[in-house]
Amino acid sequence: MGHTRRNDKEAEVIDENLRRVYQDMLDEKVPDRFLDLIAQLKSQDDDGSATGGDAK
Amino acid sequence: MSDDPRDELVEHLPALRAFALSLTRNGAVADDMVQDTLVKAWSKISSFEPGTNMRAWLFTILRNTYYSNRRKAGREVSDAEGVFTESLSEKPAHDGRLQMADFRRAFVQLTDEQREALILVGAQGFSYEDAAETCGVAVGTIKSRVNRARARLGELLKLDDDDNLEMTDQATMAVVTGARPAAR
Repeated sequence: MGHTRRNDKEAEVIDENLRRVYQDMLDEKVPDRFLDLIAQLKSQDDDGSATGGDAK
Repeated sequence: MSDDPRDELVEHLPALRAFALSLTRNGAVADDMVQDTLVKAWSKISSFEPGTNMRAWLFTILRNTYYSNRRKAGREVSDAEGVFTESLSEKPAHDGRLQMADFRRAFVQLTDEQREALILVGAQGFSYEDAAETCGVAVGTIKSRVNRARARLGELLKLDDDDNLEMTDQATMAVVTGARPAAR
């Protein structure tokens, strides 16, 4: 095989650390500003589509 | 209107922020980009094909915003490295395990394209095909970026030193099997 065992091992060590760093970021609490933004976008849509006549 | 795919957006927020932070290495810039992405995704939702990978679609919007800003700026933000490495809490290292700070310092030295490819494939678990589509490049390009990113990290972390690799490997195995090193 062209792949050596040590390369596999190296990739394993790197990916393990990578996943830990990434998991730390995923675990961060999502700031309220994003949930507020989504709520705001939603309410804008509801206002705008009211002209179409379909009841919300 | 019951099946609005936009209801799904909230679920992707943590991943979107993590991806933005990996790319920008700066918390404030990352959050501005997430905000931008949400607004764009909201208005362009008709271009999303239901049933396909929404996360990949959102990542595509975010990275396109990032690279287009970078082109306009003409250079990368220079102080990003410090912000990224200091903004996250430090966990205690066990024995020979790589220090997270060391890993982060090495990680931010990769090129944007390498970091992006490595995060998508190595951490987010995208297939090479999904990563290639997200980045708008060929599958082979993603593969070579991932390989180069790993090789570069190996160099920076001196994993070519047999002792270093041996130690981190043992510690990694301990983590995988759930065993805890006796001493802290």
